[in-house]
Amino acid sequence: MKLIYYPGCTLKNAARNFDVSTVSSMAELDVEVEELDRWNCCGTVHALGAENVMNRVAPVTNLIRVKETAAKTEGMASEFMTSCAMCYNTLKRANIDVKKNPDKLSTINAFLNLETTKYEGDVEVRHLLEYLRDRVGFDKVAEKVKKPLTGLRVACYYGCLLVRPKEVAFDDVENPMIMENLITALGATPVNFPLKTECCGAYHAVGSPEIVADRTDKIMGSASEAGVDLVVVSCPMCAYNLDFRQDDAKRLNPDFQHLPVLYFTQLMALALECGDDALRFDLHHIDPKPALAARELA
Amino acid sequence: MNDTTLRFLPGKNNAFTAKVEKISGQKLLACYQCGKCSAGCPMAAYMDILPNQIVRMAQLGMEKQLLASRSIWTCVSCLTCNSRCPKDIKIAEVIESLRETALRNGLRNDRLNIWEISPEVRADLPPIATISAMRKLTS
Repeated sequence: MKLIYYPGCTLKNAARNFDVSTVSSMAELDVEVEELDRWNCCGTVHALGAENVMNRVAPVTNLIRVKETAAKTEGMASEFMTSCAMCYNTLKRANIDVKKNPDKLSTINAFLNLETTKYEGDVEVRHLLEYLRDRVGFDKVAEKVKKPLTGLRVACYYGCLLVRPKEVAFDDVENPMIMENLITALGATPVNFPLKTECCGAYHAVGSPEIVADRTDKIMGSASEAGVDLVVVSCPMCAYNLDFRQDDAKRLNPDFQHLPVLYFTQLMALALECGDDALRFDLHHIDPKPALAARELA
Repeated sequence: MNDTTLRFLPGKNNAFTAKVEKISGQKLLACYQCGKCSAGCPMAAYMDILPNQIVRMAQLGMEKQLLASRSIWTCVSCLTCNSRCPKDIKIAEVIESLRETALRNGLRNDRLNIWEISPEVRADLPPIATISAMRKLTS
């Protein structure tokens, strides 16, 4: 299987662990991923104004690149995969918006008049989790596991972008289970915790980090109470907030327990034995190794 | 009896209400104040006016109070309110329209000045956070 892969800015920067674990675990699953040629910013946060056209230009430019790449590559579908929840949400919503509103799309195509390809709503946006479930299959993932993550207790945190709005959600809006099902396929034990779709505070990391520290205390505290070894996420913003804000959370609440935050792809890379280079634990604030070592996994 | 009946005619007698409805694409009068948006809002604890109150004030055309509120900047568009509203009002879109109104009045009154953040903190922040903050909080 061949698949176009859209990494997004943060996966080439602060979240290189997400990028390398995505690419290397896909190779183990026999999916040949090819990074999209000349990709640009996804648009970062979907602008909510009803008549906003300007903020759809960046996502549509990416959709044009996908269309061009698919057209010139044999056996490649006009679709692409991204593992970043923010990129997925922004690109998917822009795609839905322009498909529903031909007038908007023609304005955007007119604005992008230097492009040789016109976008006609003919590209599909997939999130990696959705791709793994629907195309690869979690049973196939389970077959490929070399080191089952036996005994590892994992809280799956979805945040906002994978489940809201419902047009982009590929699972239940209030109680998604897709990440838990993947974690089960890897041999680990998913643990339910009530705040899995509660916002982490998002970009308040920049101007109001005290809000994020409080959110981190609540969300990670809820996971701790459920008795987990670590939390997995699919969003580099959630990862940053929940991982790097833990010292501030501890200052707010002396009972706060530190917990490592990993990308779900890192657990895949671990179970598929992709090697230490595919994990990049050096990029974490809270080191995941002790928690994994306690389960004899590191 | 006429003088004791309060009538709302948004769009007809209040330019601000009409503007909010146009930018957000929402019908404000659909709201019957059940409060579900505020009950589920993860940011409510940090707000001065709650989301259901924002909708009510927008119905009433309370431009000055809304644009001066902290809440319109506290909302991070997590869309929990949108997905739970029994009347299908997109409250996050209403709040976005208020931010846009405040940011696009020509004064360039940005809510965030990225240069006021220390270089160390800036270097530490992932691009996803910096870019989305600037998208939401600057003109």
